[in-house]
Amino acid sequence: MSEAGPPILQVDHVTMRFGGLVAVDDLSFAAKPREITAIIGPNGAGKTTVFNCITGFYKPTEGMIQLRHPAHPEPFLLERMEDHEIAARAGVARTFQNIRLFSGMTVLENLLVAQHGPLNEASFFSFAGLLGLKRYRKAEAEAVDFASYWLEKLGLIDRADDAAGDLAYGDQRRLEIARSMCTRPVILCLDEPAAGLNPRESAGLNDTLRWIRDEHGLAILLIEHDMGVVMGISDHIVVLDYGRKIADGAPEFIRNDPTVIAAYLGVAEDEVELVEAEVGR
Amino acid sequence: MEYFLQQLINGITLGSIYGLIAIGYTMVYGIIGMINFAHGDIFMIGAFMALISFLLVVSLGVTSVPLALMLVLFFSMLLTAAWGWTLERVAYRPLRASFRLAPLITAIGMSIVLQNFVQLTQDARVKPLPPVITGGHILTDTGTFSVSLSNIQIVIILTTTLLMAAFSFIIAKTSLGRQQRACEQDSTMAALLGVNVDRVISLTFVMGASLAAVAGLMYLLYYGVIDFFIGFVAGIKAFTAAVLGGIGSLPGAMLGGLIIGLIEVFWAGYFSTEYKDVAAFSILAIVLIFFPSGLLGKPEIEKV
Amino acid sequence: MAEGVVMATGARSIEAPDVGEALKQAIIASGIALILFIAIVGIKTENAQGGLALIYRFGAAFSLAATVGVVRFLFDLFVWRGLGREIMQRWLPAGTLGTVMTALVIAAYLLGAYYFIVPGSRLALAETLSDIFGDNEWRSRSRIFVELTGQLVIAVFIVLSAMGIIMALRRLFSAAIPASREAVPPAARAEKTTLAEFGQQFAPALLVIAVILPVLVAGPQQRYALDTAIQILTYIMLGWGLNIVVGLAGLLDLGYVAFYAVGAYSYALLSTSFGWSFWICLPLAGILAAFWGIMLGFPVLRLRGDYLAIVTLAFGEMIRILLLNWQSLTNGPNGISQIPKPSFFGLSFDRFGGSGTKFHEFFGLQYDAVYRIIFLYYIILALALMVNFASQRLRRLPIGRAWEALREDEIACRSLGINTVTTKLTAFAIGAMFGGFAGSFFAMRQGFISPESFTFHESALILAIVVLGGLGSQIGVVVAAVALIGSSEFFRDLEDYRMLIFGASMVVIMVWRPRGLVSGRAPTVVLKEHKVISGGLVKEGAG
Repeated sequence: MSEAGPPILQVDHVTMRFGGLVAVDDLSFAAKPREITAIIGPNGAGKTTVFNCITGFYKPTEGMIQLRHPAHPEPFLLERMEDHEIAARAGVARTFQNIRLFSGMTVLENLLVAQHGPLNEASFFSFAGLLGLKRYRKAEAEAVDFASYWLEKLGLIDRADDAAGDLAYGDQRRLEIARSMCTRPVILCLDEPAAGLNPRESAGLNDTLRWIRDEHGLAILLIEHDMGVVMGISDHIVVLDYGRKIADGAPEFIRNDPTVIAAYLGVAEDEVELVEAEVGR
Repeated sequence: MEYFLQQLINGITLGSIYGLIAIGYTMVYGIIGMINFAHGDIFMIGAFMALISFLLVVSLGVTSVPLALMLVLFFSMLLTAAWGWTLERVAYRPLRASFRLAPLITAIGMSIVLQNFVQLTQDARVKPLPPVITGGHILTDTGTFSVSLSNIQIVIILTTTLLMAAFSFIIAKTSLGRQQRACEQDSTMAALLGVNVDRVISLTFVMGASLAAVAGLMYLLYYGVIDFFIGFVAGIKAFTAAVLGGIGSLPGAMLGGLIIGLIEVFWAGYFSTEYKDVAAFSILAIVLIFFPSGLLGKPEIEKV
Repeated sequence: MAEGVVMATGARSIEAPDVGEALKQAIIASGIALILFIAIVGIKTENAQGGLALIYRFGAAFSLAATVGVVRFLFDLFVWRGLGREIMQRWLPAGTLGTVMTALVIAAYLLGAYYFIVPGSRLALAETLSDIFGDNEWRSRSRIFVELTGQLVIAVFIVLSAMGIIMALRRLFSAAIPASREAVPPAARAEKTTLAEFGQQFAPALLVIAVILPVLVAGPQQRYALDTAIQILTYIMLGWGLNIVVGLAGLLDLGYVAFYAVGAYSYALLSTSFGWSFWICLPLAGILAAFWGIMLGFPVLRLRGDYLAIVTLAFGEMIRILLLNWQSLTNGPNGISQIPKPSFFGLSFDRFGGSGTKFHEFFGLQYDAVYRIIFLYYIILALALMVNFASQRLRRLPIGRAWEALREDEIACRSLGINTVTTKLTAFAIGAMFGGFAGSFFAMRQGFISPESFTFHESALILAIVVLGGLGSQIGVVVAAVALIGSSEFFRDLEDYRMLIFGASMVVIMVWRPRGLVSGRAPTVVLKEHKVISGGLVKEGAG
């Protein structure tokens, strides 16, 4: 865990309105490199909306989102970029709450699509590839090797030639992570990666995420309901409720924050102790 | 100004016919999410049914025009509805829940079948019908140009308005309408709640086809000539109208029909007859660029 | 009912043929058919002097309705359930159906071989049959029957033989080289592998047959056969072009004929006004069509599903109306005639006239109009193969994978950094370009074009070929094009009923195989083992 250094992702006063509904309200937080930042909050708190703002699927109504790419002197202003540029240039990768794989393509093909940008350049925007030039063949072989590396790491190598839609649910979740890692990101945004996993798979996921953080030095942004996962691996937690940030800090701090507990239990803050006494905590 | 008024009247008349056909497209789309490409040919069948039953009624000695028209309306709606029902049963029901392009191809196939079937049984020649509803009213007369509203135009506009009101009522207030709306939202859930989805879908086709039959009758009375090929052009126009208005929306279909009818008539009246279809299609493309779900359609929210 | 369920879980249920139920259904069906036919068949409007006369043919309507009832009854009893199903399930042991099919194929093969090897044998059989049926009508019918089935079994013979020969040759050559696969499959699997291997020779066999076709069909029918083959190849090429847009990128395009038209008019105008040769005009026509593809692509980028479908349809119609009315450029409904015919490296195929050496003079041959047809045939074959090669290559390139990914999930594509705008536009452009090539060829072959040739019907036909063949499948397009165009030629003798059968067969094939004839998807890259992806998993795209 590195305490020093500037944040890789900085969200400043972001507000997102849909008509009259304020989904995210003046939200600011930062994610540091080599840290796992979790965004938690009750259903409808605006977590996925934050993700969609960061990854460019929504344009925030107000506010600024900066991303400091290690290879770039200037920070990227994500709120001004197209979604595909955010993924391709700024190095932000994401997964989806309801898995979005290319189910009719093989596992390996899924990972090659993720390397589209560099491969397409290597194919000289298809011309070199059309002629079957060596340059492209080499690039493709490398891409397959890189994909195999991630399949190996996530235990999917034996399924490489199967259709993604044929995989079991847990495998599909892992494949989605492998696929986003193949875009060579600097920050990985995971939208409920543990949803629908059994306890063993969930524990495996924890290990994988820690390993990605430590081995590849990635920043990970995580939306999760499974408190076991959140408390187990997060370095830093941001709590949202009704689109607002109500707490921000280390897991131990969040665990004991009465505002957070109140939000989760759905009661007013001064009633927390009463409720806690009732449930016998 | 007078010229404008005259074009407006003609445009609304044409638009009403398009609107009636468009409702068939829009209802089917709403309920099973597919383009019923053969609907234009159901309209053509409707026009033929109207023609045949009219000639039959006349040959049976009915001389009163209103009575004859009522009989013709009844028979052509009934017979055309049977065609609509059969179409769904044969070409679409086996492919329900299959993938989206399959019913599109069967629809195109059925359209070819219907056209050629009518060509075989009724031959390819243009079928004329002498004017049945004659007369009209001169609204204004400046000496050089008179604006007239013919009785047939009144009949068409009135019938359309009436049917539109009736169908809005059916959809909004009756049990069948409720079931239809339920199937539109979620047919699996509707089935679980005891709605007979097959029956509702069949009835939708029956309703769409009987409206197409009315449109066929109106077309026959207004233009006085039909042939086996009228379904294609009218079908495409009506489909355009349905999409323009926002496919799945009943008032949208009517609005779209009126807009397409008006564009066509005005373009032909002020610019050139040749490019009236181009004008209609261009408007469609432009509208869809700004309203990707049509004018009155529910905007499709992209769920991430 | 419950008893039936219990029995079904047992060895095999014997479902008693429910004649009563079938009869009831048949009566209902013929009742509905009667309602359908009573007016449209039963009463014919005859154009007469001073209006329309009615001719009553209720007999025809009744017999048609009765036929529907009988067919329904027979299907109910013998095909859908009851006796027929029972015979299939109970009396034919597992695999017997396969045996019967194999026997049929072998019989067809042998008959085909006999016809093919013994010249005139088909005619002789037709004569014999005609003699059995004394009267004239059955005489000509049996003749047509022998003629049609004869063509079919000969085709079976040729295709299967070619597949066998290719497989044998491959084995011969691969035996000389050390086996690439280390593990020899066990004997039990050997047969299956052989069969699969045999199946894999289908596409190569078709290719070989296509190359030697002009020789195969030599004889009095040569010209007609080659004309049909050229027509089929043109549609195959169009199908392959549209396959990129619809099958790979998942964008439903109902106005593909527009690009065909742009290609045809480009060639016609460029060659008639500037006198440029086909080989110069061909790429230009392709580029122009691609340009129009991008023009169409831009406004429709945001549209999805049926909105996209209607706008592309409208676009196709607009191009046709434009061609119809832009008199000064396109000569309107009269079309453009006297489009230059092809020449063989400057050698004209004409018999007389013009300057320069003629093809037959140069090669010292007797003049024969069929040389031009053969030359055209090879041009379209080469063009189609080029299109096939390009699309197969493109599929394996990043852009092709991006198309397929776009069809599977557009949002995921964007999250992986794929620019969906350019990806869609390239799909439109390349699909349009291939259509443009086909259009130029069409114009050159016909020598005359008019807007009549570019109606929505053509778009629908091309789309039907792609969907019936199986979205995204190259060989599927070939099979569907041969089946649709070939069958409509096959039924030429039925004249009026031809289009009716054509439409009905579209419906039947689609209901029978909603995913198309060839529905599996072949992966574009393989790590260890090549597995075909089942059609059920492949999405059809939202666009």
